[in-house]
Amino acid sequence: MVMVASVRVVSDWLIAAEPAQLLPARSQMAFTLMFHIILVPMGVALPALMLIANYKGLKRNDPVALTLARRWSHAAGLTFAVGAVSGTVLSFEMGLLWPGLTEKYGDVFGLPFAIEGIAFFLEAILVAIYIYGWRRLKGWTHFWLGLPIPFVALVGAFSIISANAWMNTPAGFTVGPNGEPTNIDPIAAIFNKALPLELAHFVVAAYMAAGFTVASIYVVGWLRGRRDRYHRLGILIPFTVAAIATPVQFAVGDSIARWLANNQPAKFLAMEVVTQSGADQPEIIFGRYDAETNTVSGGVRIPGLNSFLTGGSRDTYVQGLEAVPPENRPSNVNIVHTAFDIMVGIATLLVGLVAWFAIAYWRRRDVPRSKLFLWVAASAGVLTYVAIEAGWIVTEVGRQPWIVYNIERTSDTVTQADGVWVSFIVVLVLYTGLGIATVTVLRAMSRRWKRQDTRDEAAPYGPRPAPEPEAPEPEVDAAGRAGP
Amino acid sequence: MTAADGVAGLLALAVTLYACSGLADYGAGFWDLTAGGGERGRRPRALIDTVVTPVWEANHVWLIFLFVTCWTGFGLAFGSIMSTLFVPLSLAALGIVLRGANFALRKDAAKAGRRHLAGWLFGIGSILTPFCLGAALGGVMTARVPPGNAAGDLWASWLNATSITIGLLAVAMGAFLSAVYLVAEARWRGMPRLQAYFRMRAIVAGLVGLALGAAALTALFFDQRQMFDRVVGRSWALIVIGVLALAATFLFAARGVVRGLRVAAAVGVAALVWTWAVAQYPYLLPFDLTIDQGAGAAVTQRWLLAWFAVALVVLGPALVLLYVLDQRGELVEDPTTSASTEDTPTPTGPA
Ligand code: HDD
Ligand code: HEM
Ligand code: HEM
Repeated sequence: MVMVASVRVVSDWLIAAEPAQLLPARSQMAFTLMFHIILVPMGVALPALMLIANYKGLKRNDPVALTLARRWSHAAGLTFAVGAVSGTVLSFEMGLLWPGLTEKYGDVFGLPFAIEGIAFFLEAILVAIYIYGWRRLKGWTHFWLGLPIPFVALVGAFSIISANAWMNTPAGFTVGPNGEPTNIDPIAAIFNKALPLELAHFVVAAYMAAGFTVASIYVVGWLRGRRDRYHRLGILIPFTVAAIATPVQFAVGDSIARWLANNQPAKFLAMEVVTQSGADQPEIIFGRYDAETNTVSGGVRIPGLNSFLTGGSRDTYVQGLEAVPPENRPSNVNIVHTAFDIMVGIATLLVGLVAWFAIAYWRRRDVPRSKLFLWVAASAGVLTYVAIEAGWIVTEVGRQPWIVYNIERTSDTVTQADGVWVSFIVVLVLYTGLGIATVTVLRAMSRRWKRQDTRDEAAPYGPRPAPEPEAPEPEVDAAGRAGP
Repeated sequence: MTAADGVAGLLALAVTLYACSGLADYGAGFWDLTAGGGERGRRPRALIDTVVTPVWEANHVWLIFLFVTCWTGFGLAFGSIMSTLFVPLSLAALGIVLRGANFALRKDAAKAGRRHLAGWLFGIGSILTPFCLGAALGGVMTARVPPGNAAGDLWASWLNATSITIGLLAVAMGAFLSAVYLVAEARWRGMPRLQAYFRMRAIVAGLVGLALGAAALTALFFDQRQMFDRVVGRSWALIVIGVLALAATFLFAARGVVRGLRVAAAVGVAALVWTWAVAQYPYLLPFDLTIDQGAGAAVTQRWLLAWFAVALVVLGPALVLLYVLDQRGELVEDPTTSASTEDTPTPTGPA
């Protein structure tokens, strides 16, 4: 009898905990966010790179730097547009997939999204002025009009990260008798505990990603023997920015990890796969966690290091996953742990790369000559993106099973509408096409630039060289002003 | 009046702005789709492309604003709408991606074949999205969206006579608006043939819209009598304004008057939106959830209103700057942006 009853309870719990929509909804949310986040660093940090090049170009009267600035602004414009489209989808999904979240907590954590919307609108206007202003506006006027862009982008990043940080460390309300949020204070929700470190870590990541990605494009050209000033500047400007950001990131990442141990213990334990509480915890690199037995097999163990990193000494006591009730453990410890190791591994590699660059630059004031350096530098952009995706997986999967940490379960907020599998598959196909198209266009852009290198470098602000006449002139030309 | 009423007003305002700008975008896509192949469709397409490209991103912001304000101010209504109307709203998002991707990428899809495909995708999105948004609105209006997570019927909530006619009406309104805007643009650019081309289309779309509006009212009469009574009882003045504005648009168009043409058309569309808003007030979800019952915390409502004021102060000057620079001819397409511009003669600025 007891057996039957307990089986019933368990199966009821399982069914209740796993509505059919949960898996496709999580998959769709994860996929669309992971797509969106690829574009975000370009919106946040590429404008800064382009302004640095613009400033250099104006100050030194350097047409090469101006050409770079101009081209980067076009790439930023394109990624911004695709980011806007994929971001619009995300705002649909907040309601389509998680109506329980917006229903219950919309008035607690919705405000930053409203702030974000205005920041993006402002950024869109300023980017449009900057891109369409290259030809006619005076050099410095143009620069000053572009200068607010990186700061406005920071406001956008601030608000959206604030919303995410709130999910990790909910604030600005108390849980009422029926589980409803009461005593709501949206400002306290915005400035929640996780915000400062998460924002710092993310913004620095965005600068690393934009810097390394842009630089790596020119490194590839450099490797192919195009060792001109254009490529040299194209490497040095963004790489320097990324090189400054990388050690900072190492320090910030380390602080977050330690901070998590106290503030989101379950996530920390999953990330470090600490299974049993105790002192002298080893640091486990990779390996496989078995949820049934709560043990880890394989991997490399460094004795005592985890305790040391967490509290500064091998005697530091670290709680283990065994202390977390099984239903509150992150649903996929292996993913969280592996993603964390990948992020830290890449960070370590990049710190090495940057140190090499610093020494070489200090000695010769030039791009390092070593082939090995260049090969690693050429992949640094992709590696940074892998680290970013991995970092978000740590944050988001590590928070499971909670959508609002320790307060609201993801499964309780998922939509009860059928058809999420269908929408997930459609989204998958559509975004794949969109991604391919974006890359194709970016490549076409860069090929075109390659063809007209000299022409474009001649005089970015001067009169345009006469274009070759082609096909009969349409009634409306592309800029649309002059009819025949 | 409470803060929640103010936020509800913001929502109605966002719907209005989106109807006047976003719907016209979709309408332009509709004309692009139906312009005919190859040489025949080239000129109208070129005009559409030129006019819509600089603004499509900004037009979209109103929809995002609408969503975000709705879930922050009225979370319960938002969750109920998004879950019961999961299908049409997912389809609307699909259409937005198709259309946006096209804009972001079309200019550079230099190969003719790819351009053609892009045009088709654009066209499909342009019909799908306004239809689905209109149908969703119809579902709310006819009291088919009860409060709760997917509490209403997943299909009947939007596949009913009223919703479908309202969806079609939204498509027609977009086509009408964009044709009117394009008449004015063609005139400004001194292109009489295109002006006549779009004038004819504006009139046809206007008449179709009028017929669909009447059809929607009839469907509502048989479908949701309570809402019908509110529409004719409370909003009749707005309906009259809408019809008058439509008549004025026709008159201006026939006489070749451009000044006031666009305003008249937009007033007509805005009047239709407010016909709905006034009829539905004070319900968020007729007739189960009022604004007061559905409102989130009052502090949040006040912050939303305050933030809206800040936004006006910040965005106003930026928009003015954009507009002034544009009118002065300081903003021109940079030939490095796109393949198509590179191959056509350099523009010469405003005539
Ligand atoms: C350039 C990319 C990059 C690099 C080199 C690193 N990280 Fe990271 N990390 C991110 C990019 C990132 C991220 C994608 O930006 C995340 C996701 C959410 C966030 O705020 O930042 C993140 C999240 C994240 C989290 C989860 C935070 C949370 O859930 O609240 C931790 C614990 C770390 N990181 C720790 C580290 C450590 C110890 C690093 C190296 C020593 C490190 N990160 C390097
Ligand atoms: C402010 C920003 C973000 C918000 C508000 C947000 C919100 C959400 C929500 C509501 C879910 C579904 C519920 C849940 O699983 O907890 C989710 C899941 C997820 N998100 Fe985020 N997210 C943000 C940023 C990101 C980014 C940038 C990425 C990736 C690059 C990401 C990756 C994921 C993943 C992988 C999941 C699935 C987790 C799982 O179900 O195991 N998130 N997020
Ligand atoms: C659930 C999570 C998210 C939602 C609902 C969301 C929503 C949006 C929306 C609606 C847009 C277009 C806005 C417009 O053009 O007016 C957008 C673009 C953008 N989003 Fe997200 N976003 C999310 C996650 C993130 C995250 C984690 C970041 C990181 C900081 C981010 C940064 C940006 C940026 C910078 C843009 C501008 C486009 C670009 O620069 O590429 N978003 N997002």
